[in-house]
Amino acid sequence: MGQPHQYSYPSIFIYGHRASGKSHVMHVLMKELELSHATVSCVECVSIALLFEQVLLSFFGCDAASLLPRSPSLSDFVRVYRQQCSQSPAKQTRYIVSAVEDNVTVILLSEIAWDKFRPNTGCFEPLLLHFPDYSKSELQQILSQNVHPSYSAGFYSAYINILLGVFYSVCRDLRELRHLAALNFSKFCEPLAEGKVKETDTHKLWKHIEPHLKKAMQTVYLREVSSLQWEQMQKEYDDVDLLHLFCLLKGLSAHTHVELPYYSKFLLIAAYLASYNPARTDKRFFLKHHGKIRKTNFLKKNEKTSNHLLGPKPFPLDRLLAIFYSVVDSRVAPTASIFSQISSLVTLQLLAQVSHDDQLDAPKYKCAVSLDFICAIARTVNFDIVKYLYDFL
Amino acid sequence: MATSSVSKGCFVFKPSAKKKKKTLSLESYFVQGCEDAESSEIRFRLCQELWDEIKTDTEVLQDELNRTILDSLLDFTRKCSSTRQNSDWTSQMRASEIPTAALMLGVNVPDHDMTFQSLSDMLKQSVSPHVASVQAKECGALKHLMKKVLERLMDTVVVVDDEDEEENVETSPRVHRSMHCSLGILCDWYTARTKKSPTGTPGKKRSSQVRDEQQQPPVVIIFKDLEAFNPRVLQDFILICSQYIDRLPLTFIFGIATSPSTIQHMLPHSVSSLLCIELFQSLSCTQHLATVIDKLILASRIHFKLNGKVMQVLIGVFLYHDFSVRNFIKGLQLALLEHFHSQPLSVLCCKKKQALFNVTQLSKPNLDRIRQLPSFKRYVEKQEAQEQVNLMTDDSHLKEVCQQLIKDLHKYHKNYYPILRCLHTLTSSLPRYPLGKQIRELYLICLAKNVWENEDYQSAMKLVKMLAKGEMVSLLQKCVEILQLSKSKKMKNALVQLEELLAKFKQLDTATEMTPTVEASIPSPIKNLQKKTDLFQLQKTLLEMNESRRAKRLSPFENLRNEALEFIDNLVKSHLSPPESQPLYEVCYYSSSATVRRHLNATPRTSIQAALSNPYYYLQNDSLKSEDGTVSNTAPDICIAYKLHLECGRLINLYDWLEAYSTVVSAAEGNDQDSENFGKVDEVKHARFIRAVSALEFLGFIKSTKQKTDHVARLTWGGC
Repeated sequence: MGQPHQYSYPSIFIYGHRASGKSHVMHVLMKELELSHATVSCVECVSIALLFEQVLLSFFGCDAASLLPRSPSLSDFVRVYRQQCSQSPAKQTRYIVSAVEDNVTVILLSEIAWDKFRPNTGCFEPLLLHFPDYSKSELQQILSQNVHPSYSAGFYSAYINILLGVFYSVCRDLRELRHLAALNFSKFCEPLAEGKVKETDTHKLWKHIEPHLKKAMQTVYLREVSSLQWEQMQKEYDDVDLLHLFCLLKGLSAHTHVELPYYSKFLLIAAYLASYNPARTDKRFFLKHHGKIRKTNFLKKNEKTSNHLLGPKPFPLDRLLAIFYSVVDSRVAPTASIFSQISSLVTLQLLAQVSHDDQLDAPKYKCAVSLDFICAIARTVNFDIVKYLYDFL
Repeated sequence: MATSSVSKGCFVFKPSAKKKKKTLSLESYFVQGCEDAESSEIRFRLCQELWDEIKTDTEVLQDELNRTILDSLLDFTRKCSSTRQNSDWTSQMRASEIPTAALMLGVNVPDHDMTFQSLSDMLKQSVSPHVASVQAKECGALKHLMKKVLERLMDTVVVVDDEDEEENVETSPRVHRSMHCSLGILCDWYTARTKKSPTGTPGKKRSSQVRDEQQQPPVVIIFKDLEAFNPRVLQDFILICSQYIDRLPLTFIFGIATSPSTIQHMLPHSVSSLLCIELFQSLSCTQHLATVIDKLILASRIHFKLNGKVMQVLIGVFLYHDFSVRNFIKGLQLALLEHFHSQPLSVLCCKKKQALFNVTQLSKPNLDRIRQLPSFKRYVEKQEAQEQVNLMTDDSHLKEVCQQLIKDLHKYHKNYYPILRCLHTLTSSLPRYPLGKQIRELYLICLAKNVWENEDYQSAMKLVKMLAKGEMVSLLQKCVEILQLSKSKKMKNALVQLEELLAKFKQLDTATEMTPTVEASIPSPIKNLQKKTDLFQLQKTLLEMNESRRAKRLSPFENLRNEALEFIDNLVKSHLSPPESQPLYEVCYYSSSATVRRHLNATPRTSIQAALSNPYYYLQNDSLKSEDGTVSNTAPDICIAYKLHLECGRLINLYDWLEAYSTVVSAAEGNDQDSENFGKVDEVKHARFIRAVSALEFLGFIKSTKQKTDHVARLTWGGC
């Protein structure tokens, strides 16, 4: 970066995965070199104005920030900046600060490669720096530094070793690993506290902790079970019970049952049929005297692949209602509440509106639920949906 | 209002004038078009009293139902804020997760508002003053979401705490002035508040625990409808919040309508790993409805009743369409209003004392109305001839009889519901539920006709006859508990009898030990059997044996069970007759199901079609009257065009249509059929036709097509 009086490089772009030490390095560097800097998070800055304000605020305090007009442009920012009169690392900045003619270096930190950001108008290419991911041994070194105060460092690093053995294949995020290490450590220490095992007997400890870690991988890591619940369970139950408990305890994704009004269920079923059956086949499924049409007769070349592999197709409202009226077993008056149920299904994200919101004429929808879900729904109203699906003929 | 001013001037007393007008208008609306204007005031008052009672009842009910889940939520937020404050090794090491409660509320979104309202009130009272709730529709972008959260959090404090007003007055305008609000500002504001508040309220909170909570009250943000949020916005917001979590104790509450897996669908792992989610399941809406029906409909306390058909409509709307308890109660309100509005005799639909008094005040036309009531006519027919004449001519006698009848009606209700509940407890656990699982199903059956004539009732009774002893006793015990709650004389009698029966059942326990000897003493026909070889004789003896076994096998328990059943059956027959059988039932029962259905379940499509094919229905113009569904040629243009288009196939030739139209219209104008100009298209007719066609297109009956030139496509099927 050179001496403080020299002109610095306009921008540096640093990228690497989550938790690979980018910000930490920058912070330490800035501190060591005693450079004035501002750190700005770009998720937070919904507008340019907010970004400018944050930068000024961290450089000069709120006096300068309040000088900015209501909707500041880039030139306003430069003017205020001159008035006050350096280096500023911005985090995950996209395209904004590129014209400040002062001794300013913008350091951009990101999880995404520069190619994705490059504006199409062209700009000064920044200096690219890549932070590679940590390797397994590096991770272990870093994790081992957070030793629990009441245990020895060797013991803890052995624990980390076991933990990495289980989790390394699925997760390399330092933050997550640290989180998991903290959650499961008390369980790991349990035999020690009971006096069954010595600190050095790693094999026994490994045997003790491994099933728990595996369980944790399936539940806590995926956030099926919240970490608070996990901790409580560990405190309250012993080993055998715990494993039983997990079978009983349903995670987030296990609760898929949704209660719907009667006609909503049929609307959803009709939407599913409309999404996954080709429109040509409607005649075969919903007409009483359809004649015998075999599947092979209306197989087209490109339709040999399953419709379920291709995903839901959009369908117009008319078709949905036509299928609905033939599917539902009683006569239903086309009341306003039927239509409002369609829109409430859209807000519940069980249906998706494909056409634009403003298009009132012939709106199109897609069904956004899975086969399992719709089968469960159909079972509650005694409707054999598989019989009506083209893919399962 | 008088003013002691000498000078001329214009004085405006706006508020008071407005107030008067408002109350007046409410009542005048009610009185307007009312059947019987004299009693309308009383009816309006009664109606309002009843509605207030129902409303408060439902609110209390709602609170009770939500109590458990709200309590557990409060515990959750408290626990979260307390764990955050202790700083041991593990909590230091943990990634900073935002505690999140996922509140499963079911798909009846309109009902949620009340739940969230009471939730945020309770949170404000007991956990933390910093509660903000946001809705999806007001937060289209991150900017708006942020703004709403900040506004709510900072504004609520101004309202809630009076002591810190000065400080807040300082901060809040600043926030409003600066257009960009970030969590940083909120953070500063929060630290300022928490630092000041302990010094600001020194005397009030003595206990140290309260003080602790007071110092770090969590900031709770409620997302009312998670599904409707833009996932992008939510992700960004959570990311930002997680950066401030060490300074700002945030807690989220997600209101989820479908299933918790939506969280995983909406948020990627990198975001959901920032949350520490715990699930809370609320009561299902069908259970909710069951309690509402139990407390509001099946109560003799509230004198307004719905008849079977209206109940059916309301329950149908609930089950088939919206699952919304709030709408159910709205339907009840509508029925209530309609009843008091359209039925002049509803003056008698109130508490017993008041009703008896109102009977004495009945006017002559109203007494005539009573005589016209079908239920009263039936009652009169049963009386002797002299009594009949008296009833039809003597007003004062009629009033006396009416008082007695009103008393009877109240008694009927008092006995009806306990017996209904008893029958429900007996039959609700039978296999295949012949009389329904829910009490509302049984109630509908009972409202429709005599329940004991129902096939399902008989099969249910047969099933009850097969119950084992333990079950029988426990069911009867439950019935006893139900009957204990009622205060009427007949029910007390029934209770005594039932208790006697139960006591007998219990005596059986001791008695059975002696009975086995009885069975042995029966002369066994098997011995006789060996002697006879005749086939006919054998058959006969076998049959006899069978019968005797069936007859003799009736153990004391079975006898007692039959006795109990007979007792229940008698109770049902004497008390569960449908309301139509009671004279003067029209006073309390609202029966116009068509009105309710029309109001609650609007059918825009059918009404448009009715208007087009039968314009007389809406316009009430005599020249439009026609039989057999034909449209007279004086009808509005659009009706004629509609009628003509029904005769066409899928594609309609516009020119033919125009020709036909102009012929019809010419006939209407009375032009001579033979004249040259008859049926000719002039500019005015052309314009009128085009207007009618475009109106039809707007209503969705036709649309332009590219298949054929000068043609439009029909969007509906069927002709005339």
